[in-house]
Amino acid sequence: MRRALLASAATLLILGTPAAQAEGRQKFEFWYGLTGQLGDVVQNQCKLFNDAQDKYEAVCVGQGGYDKAEQNTIAAYRSHQQPTIVQVYDAGTVNFLLSGAVYPADKFDQDFKLGIDWKSYYPAIRDFYGTSQGTMWSFPYNSSTAVLYWNKDAWAKIGKTAAPKTWEEFGEDLAALKKAGVECPFAHDFDPWPILEQFSAINAVPVATEENGFKGLDAKLTFNHTIFVDFMKDVKGWVDRGEAKLVTLSSGVNKRDAFANGVCASHLNSIADYSAIKAVAKPDLNFGVAMLPVYKGQERHNSTIGGASLWVMAGKSPAEYEAAAAFLKYVTAPRTGEEYIVDNTGYIPVTTAGQKLVEDNGFYKDPKHAGREVAIASLTASPVGPLTHGIRLGNYTSIRAIVRSELEAAFTGKKDMQAAMDDAVAQGNEVLSRYAQTMRGKTLP
Amino acid sequence: MQKRATFRNLWLASAFIAPQLLLVFVFFYWPTAQAAYWAVTLEPAFGGGNQFVGLENFRAVFADANYWASVGASLLFAVGCTAVAVGAALVLALFADRGLRGHRLYRFTFFLPYAVPAAAVGLTFRFIFSPDAGLLAGINHVVPGLWNPALDGNDAFVLVLLGQSWKMIGYNFVFLLAALQNLPRTTIEAAAMDGAGVLRRMWDLQVPLLTPTLFFLLMVNITDSFVDSFALIDVTTHGGPARATMLMVYKIYLDGFESKDYSLAAAQSMVLMALIIGLTVIQFRVVERRVHYR
Repeated sequence: MRRALLASAATLLILGTPAAQAEGRQKFEFWYGLTGQLGDVVQNQCKLFNDAQDKYEAVCVGQGGYDKAEQNTIAAYRSHQQPTIVQVYDAGTVNFLLSGAVYPADKFDQDFKLGIDWKSYYPAIRDFYGTSQGTMWSFPYNSSTAVLYWNKDAWAKIGKTAAPKTWEEFGEDLAALKKAGVECPFAHDFDPWPILEQFSAINAVPVATEENGFKGLDAKLTFNHTIFVDFMKDVKGWVDRGEAKLVTLSSGVNKRDAFANGVCASHLNSIADYSAIKAVAKPDLNFGVAMLPVYKGQERHNSTIGGASLWVMAGKSPAEYEAAAAFLKYVTAPRTGEEYIVDNTGYIPVTTAGQKLVEDNGFYKDPKHAGREVAIASLTASPVGPLTHGIRLGNYTSIRAIVRSELEAAFTGKKDMQAAMDDAVAQGNEVLSRYAQTMRGKTLP
Repeated sequence: MQKRATFRNLWLASAFIAPQLLLVFVFFYWPTAQAAYWAVTLEPAFGGGNQFVGLENFRAVFADANYWASVGASLLFAVGCTAVAVGAALVLALFADRGLRGHRLYRFTFFLPYAVPAAAVGLTFRFIFSPDAGLLAGINHVVPGLWNPALDGNDAFVLVLLGQSWKMIGYNFVFLLAALQNLPRTTIEAAAMDGAGVLRRMWDLQVPLLTPTLFFLLMVNITDSFVDSFALIDVTTHGGPARATMLMVYKIYLDGFESKDYSLAAAQSMVLMALIIGLTVIQFRVVERRVHYR
């Protein structure tokens, strides 16, 4: 019996380290946060990289979500088990900038001669992942922005063939759609990314002081005094009159699926979900994408970047860095990197070179991808300014959660919208001041 | 007077208990000490350079109205779950003990929920109680908007309370049934011969004789609902809507792991630990007096 146990333990040990003795390739770990179909795309890219050469091996491990990828990397770093490369979402950028645990991208680029042309990245992207000195700290990987998905057949019922340009027009359309018998003209949830962050950039109103945090850790939230509150009041009006529906995952379906199965006629979402919607939509779903509307009298500004970038962690061996360098070179190249991602997901090219490549290949002419160029148009609608280069606030995940909770309270009638947003700002500022105190003595690079 | 077994070989004794002590140390005392240290310092997410701030973290915890709301919700949750789970298990056990037709099948199936992981319970409950697509969606066709845990805080609270209770009923059932089958048959048969009906025998004989088991289950259920509700909430409500199901343990998770404010989370876990210790002491002092051990 005991011998059997020992034997099986030994077998387990051997099986547990499968490729330990495999062909002597230099390995490194890459942790990513994307899940579902998008996660499969990342995994497949690793496979393509591993098949394309025989010196290095990328060991790619999905972490089951962006937030988990960040949490797990922090935990791993604290016990010196961090991966060489990690995919970190927009909200985690500040934590990594200030962590002292990363190998800045432009330094890595110089040390390992990747030869990346940082200037070719779109300004909205360069600004977001760069420092105030203009150096890049991470490698842009999957980038997106928010767009309006609208059901063309539903809009045809009210005699329109174009998406609304202003929120006023959008509101009128929703009322007309409802009258025309559309049960759910607009699916709304409480994700602050499109409705607060993207909305504020496009209308050029601040979310926080200090250029939304870019100028320092002492920024304070101010979105309770902007047109954002009016926007939320309008949305609540639509919901109250049955012209929009609250659709959240805890009600059974998320807004994307409610749109894809034809129940809801429009929703705001990342362009990244374009491919997923195509994949799950009922076959005759005739939909388009458009830039988010603006309020009348507001000039349209550029929307901001979403998605994630690749960070190189500090404290790994030179051999692992060399392998990681080969991988980064592979995934930042226009053809094997950008075009691969653009082809297989809804994400956008991140450099002008990548953009030109997919355009030359007739990508946007293909009806399968119709409308995806809208995302680029939205990102480049104006020069990037102090209110449109994104959000750089400490513990931003926490602030998103606070905004979400307070919106829930306001939409379910527990609180007045203005009071709810005032509360959200007060709680969020408490988070910011704790963050600044925890990071005392550190400044944003 | 019982003769005490004494063990003279201290070294051997220590060697026997060392593995257990090591486990307790590694998984309880050491993390607790670490949390206590974080609770009085500010700990950056990536580590390094934490500063001593005294009771500042506790001040921040207690100054937050949302925190007190979560304490209230946790207490209500503990009382509600324990009442439902122990109450329902008691009824099931009393009837399963009567040897009705098919009682062996019941005995087996009633225990099964406890073997289901909380996350799976959450997924199932989310599906069953989904307002649009779930099995319960029918009532929304009759009375529109009556049931919607995605928007109505009370509905969401009931949902997680039922989930947690359902999971614990099986566990409680096994203990209660075992205790019932250990009761002296003679007493119960004597009562039956004296003309006491089924319900009378249950209420006046079996339940009082079960109090030691009920007391044990009371403590286990209360503690469990405080610390073990995490997975269920993470799958169903995420503490929402509008914080209606933000129990203390879930708030600790959100503040610590989602928000990466380890110090704030550590301070809260100290408070939670103190609260559970306090509740246990009170139960031993107050409730146990009414328990009769044979």
